[in-house]
Amino acid sequence: MSEVGISSIVGYIPKLRLLRKSVAESNAWLAPNLMGKGKGTRSMANWDEDSVTMSVEAARRLLGPEDDRSHVDNVFLASTTMPFADRLNSGIVRAALTLEESTQCTDISSTLKCGTTALINAISSVQSGKSDYSLVLSSDKRKSRVGSSQELDFGDASAAIGISNKDIIAKVLATSSVSVDFVDHFRAPNEEFDYNWEERWIRDEGYLKIIPKLINNLLKENDINPSEIKKFILPCIFPRVPQTISKICGIDPENVVDNLALNVGDSGSAHPLLMLTHVLENAEPNEKILVCSFGGGGDAILLETTNLISKFKNNESISTLLDNGVEETNYMKYLTFNDLVKWEKGMRGEIDRKTALTTLYRHNDAIIGLVGGKCSKTGTIQFPASRISVSPNSPDIDTQEPYKLAEKKANILSWSADYLSFSVNPPNYYGIVSFEEGGRIMMDFTDVGEGEIESGKDVKMVFRIKAIDEARGFTRYFWKAVPI
Amino acid sequence: MASGIKDKVAILGMGCSKFGERWDTSADDLMVEAYIEALDDAGIEPNQLDAAWFSHHIDDIGAGKGGTPMSIALRLPNISVTRVENYCASGSEALRGAVYAVAAGAADIAIALGMEKLKDTGYGGLPATNYGTFGPQIGPSGSAPGNFAQLASAYRAKHGVSAEDMKRAIAHVSVKSHANGAKNPKAHLQKEVTEEQVLNAPMIAEPLGLFDCCGVSDGAAAAIVTTPEIAKSLGKDNLISVKALQLSVSNGLESHHNTWDGSYFHTVRIAAKKAYAEAGITKPREEISMMEVHDCFSVTELVTMEDLFISEEGQAVKDVMDGFYDADGPIPCQIDGGLKCFGHPIGASGLRMIYEMYLQLQGRADKRQLKNPSIGLTHNLGGQPANNVCSVAIIGSL
Repeated sequence: MSEVGISSIVGYIPKLRLLRKSVAESNAWLAPNLMGKGKGTRSMANWDEDSVTMSVEAARRLLGPEDDRSHVDNVFLASTTMPFADRLNSGIVRAALTLEESTQCTDISSTLKCGTTALINAISSVQSGKSDYSLVLSSDKRKSRVGSSQELDFGDASAAIGISNKDIIAKVLATSSVSVDFVDHFRAPNEEFDYNWEERWIRDEGYLKIIPKLINNLLKENDINPSEIKKFILPCIFPRVPQTISKICGIDPENVVDNLALNVGDSGSAHPLLMLTHVLENAEPNEKILVCSFGGGGDAILLETTNLISKFKNNESISTLLDNGVEETNYMKYLTFNDLVKWEKGMRGEIDRKTALTTLYRHNDAIIGLVGGKCSKTGTIQFPASRISVSPNSPDIDTQEPYKLAEKKANILSWSADYLSFSVNPPNYYGIVSFEEGGRIMMDFTDVGEGEIESGKDVKMVFRIKAIDEARGFTRYFWKAVPI
Repeated sequence: MASGIKDKVAILGMGCSKFGERWDTSADDLMVEAYIEALDDAGIEPNQLDAAWFSHHIDDIGAGKGGTPMSIALRLPNISVTRVENYCASGSEALRGAVYAVAAGAADIAIALGMEKLKDTGYGGLPATNYGTFGPQIGPSGSAPGNFAQLASAYRAKHGVSAEDMKRAIAHVSVKSHANGAKNPKAHLQKEVTEEQVLNAPMIAEPLGLFDCCGVSDGAAAAIVTTPEIAKSLGKDNLISVKALQLSVSNGLESHHNTWDGSYFHTVRIAAKKAYAEAGITKPREEISMMEVHDCFSVTELVTMEDLFISEEGQAVKDVMDGFYDADGPIPCQIDGGLKCFGHPIGASGLRMIYEMYLQLQGRADKRQLKNPSIGLTHNLGGQPANNVCSVAIIGSL
């Protein structure tokens, strides 16, 4: 059997970083005990990001700009915050990535270890020969109550991993899982927030008993000496628990990987994969890396880097993402973005956002995949495609061929910053975006700072929430432009 | 080529309600107000009307759908009433229907009436509406000012105009219209403003501030049209006839094809050329006496001056700042206050523009009266710069 492992891996951290101090100080009257946690920042998704959009973004960074993505055999999407309980969330991701319809798509959820579980599923798929390339995506954007410690501990992020049988930068040596119905927290259906049990119990009876057992079994079964582990990854919001576990297991505590708590926070199911990304971006060949997760038991994956790791480089590494974050000091903005306060949306916010599902399906390639048309006769590119080409003086009929726009270069033709229209983050920036090779779209902009927009400026496309139909609980997606 | 509409149809009478926040007046009563004045001006009885066209844009906060609201409000004698809707150019569309019916001989006397009741929305500005089931899934969360404001960014980029110069030029457009509106008792806004006030007003959609946006108003306007022969037989002299009625509609070129640069109205240039040809006008900058253009936003008026071939391309800022379109300039524009100050009850606006040209040509414009105007142009635009319908109409003395 050929080696199976990670061929590429990338993380995505939203641009905004909420200053914890501003949160802690705002809530100090209510929760003075949390003042000590008011250090550093946590990542904060824009209002128009969720687990699906962050997964799409990570996947695009992983797969690159090529139109042909036919090598992806299956997609495993992991999240505890899927926007839909019954609509294939990984199917939305597939459509956004314009992967083949035959790509097998699976949603994995219901526990914080689902990110690593997705990884194990993907490994199994390639190991079994069912696929040659599996795409693992994990993302979380967890809500937390105002004044809770989770508000300070959590962060929003995603990660994408390609599992393959060739061009491997880290091969899989072993995987192991345990299922334990240890309820440290839970979230009932239709509940926005976690319900948490006592931290000391979670630490002593949960982490410190379940994870060492899992690790010891894995190492023993595969005849690995714990001293061989050069990097030990275990997301945990309790300080020093991974170090304690490493000591219990005989792993050098110095090899415990930083959990990004100071800048990002804990990104739930995505976090072990995000930490792994950071590790692999800085790894040397022949390093054994142990990735563990906790939740409903635990997962453990033992990897070893190959010689190819020395050539591995992400354009936007975790270090780059950490450096390029934009500090957000406005706690109210965080609360509003996450709909944690009843805020005045104005009468324009009352417009009915019912989505015609028939229309969505008819135009699925255009709306979700940003696929336009190219006239086979004149070469004119347009969005959306239409039976009669928009070519001036050449209204050719039925000549349109699908043309993908999401990864194409584009710039701003015209724009405005609108203080009148409804927006969760006013003013709403929008305008006409022209693609260099042809095609244009009047569209929303997002992740815009004041003064960052001008005609002629380059933009990139991002897949985001277009609108949320609160009356029916439906999330509408489309693409937006971000100035670069 | 078609012979065109020039001088085939005369305006028999017109009426226009007071525009503004008509809190105590229903949609029906706005129609009645314009209708009674028009009927009185025409000097005819209701049973002399053969056909009616009714323009109304937003039916869910106005009078409802179809032709019945007009027929019922005015108790018309069971004649045909055709409701037309073509965005903010609906009023011109109603006039086109009535004029064409008369020109075709299908009706001796026809009425066009436009009405909009916008102040039952509950907030300032136009109501947010959905456009079909596909558009809202991809289109921005936008507004009319946000769509038209984009003209400024594209125009500045194309002609190298600084943000400050553009802001000052569009401010002049609004200052001029406020000065004109102050002389119009039917106008929604009748106060003069200073350039400083305009420049410092709250931002609505960059670079458009509050005073760069037209009034959102209740109102109705009506025109009764017939043939010049019938008009004369009814004892009318000093006839005002229709010289041109042209409509150009976007086909997606601007919004889908990269040839349009976003700084002008493609349809306006087409409609203007056709209208000048129909009216026999070859030098518009010299032959047009006055204009009412669709100044929904100050920047719209500015770029429209070029699209109507009055200002040279790239010269609108200079002409505006030189006062070319002021009340005492060579071609007064928005002499009644325009959409900016007369107000913009959508379905009525195209007819309101014609109403002012008609009054001016007949010498009945009171304090606003211009000296010996002979040709008046109206420009009525619906939609947004990238996707619109544009009407250019020309009327004048017969």
